[in-house]
Amino acid sequence: MLNKLYDWVDERLDITPLWRDIADHEVPEHVNPAHHFSAFVYCFGGMTFFVTVIQILSGMFLTMYYVPDIKNAWESVYYLQNEVAFGKIVRGMHHWGASLVLVMMFLHTLRVFFQGAYKKPRELNWIVGVLIFFVMLGLGFTGYLLPWDMKALFATKVGLQIAESTPFIGSYVKVLLAGHEHIVGAQTLTRFFAIHVFFLPAVLFGLLAAHFIMIRKQGISGPL
Amino acid sequence: MSKDRVSRRQFLSYTLTGVGGFMAAGILMPMVRFAVDPVLKAEAAGEFVATKQKVADLTNEPVRVDFTYKQKDAWYESDVTESAWVYKDDAGKIIALSPVCKHLGCTVNWGSDKAHPDQFFCPCHYGRYTKDGTNVPGTPPLAPLDVYPFKEKDGYLYLGKAKPRKEA
Repeated sequence: MLNKLYDWVDERLDITPLWRDIADHEVPEHVNPAHHFSAFVYCFGGMTFFVTVIQILSGMFLTMYYVPDIKNAWESVYYLQNEVAFGKIVRGMHHWGASLVLVMMFLHTLRVFFQGAYKKPRELNWIVGVLIFFVMLGLGFTGYLLPWDMKALFATKVGLQIAESTPFIGSYVKVLLAGHEHIVGAQTLTRFFAIHVFFLPAVLFGLLAAHFIMIRKQGISGPL
Repeated sequence: MSKDRVSRRQFLSYTLTGVGGFMAAGILMPMVRFAVDPVLKAEAAGEFVATKQKVADLTNEPVRVDFTYKQKDAWYESDVTESAWVYKDDAGKIIALSPVCKHLGCTVNWGSDKAHPDQFFCPCHYGRYTKDGTNVPGTPPLAPLDVYPFKEKDGYLYLGKAKPRKEA
């Protein structure tokens, strides 16, 4: 049944080369943990992506209950965590996953660094990777405010002060982020929500696409 | 007519780039202006807020003066309470200091550090300030406490918006 459906579509649109090009390629022996167990270090990049997918999915579902409004944000988080079935699990995935992404990304960076895999011709991919790292930090920073509890509020106040200490443009950066010169309030929460849910993920998708296309184009770096 | 005639291809690429540029600008300009509005919004002139502190009651000893004002955060209005440390210096001049630590924004207290009873003290990272608000070198804060502009009206103290001072 499914085969017939696939053939029907493939006959018209020739989709086989599309997924072949993405999925059908050999993994070199030095990258395969079945040959050399130490090759597990090559998994960290994929693990980062895996946790990122979990973050995207759990985040999408969290927005079914969450509202970025200073009167209701905390209540909505309390409700989705304590009243909604599996709320603890879904919010827990997003909460712990946020830290796990950074851990995995860090391990991935260590592997690339110590294997020298960033060297020519892969310098551009290192740069894109560093940009991904910054976007992830931005996602962590903006997401931290959204529960709108005391910890979130004061962590954000400190974070905004750090942004403000940027030479020359600091005060503008702070107002752009907070939405107000002095108040960390209603506009800050909506801004952080927008940045967390729309702006940074859009940037992230672009960077991830570039990261993966470059890997496919250049292949995995050779054995040490 | 000049010798370098514009070819049909050039003409089309110029006009398409121009029209495309206008369209892109037309789409992007409103969104960018929308996003940067808080930066460009003129701040309301600093108004003075009444406190319950009688000017005549002020002494040499800093007292904590709480005052409440209506704060407008875009569509959300609320009553906000802030405080100031107020005293009269040796010349009889009123000094009103902001209690917000210049290190990381905790609240400083007068004389709460037993080793330094005549200084302002921040419990978060042990920041200290002398009585005139100057940060003590070697403690975390890098600037003196902000100063409130003040007014006296009907015997009561009125405070404006706290202003930062130069680094000590």
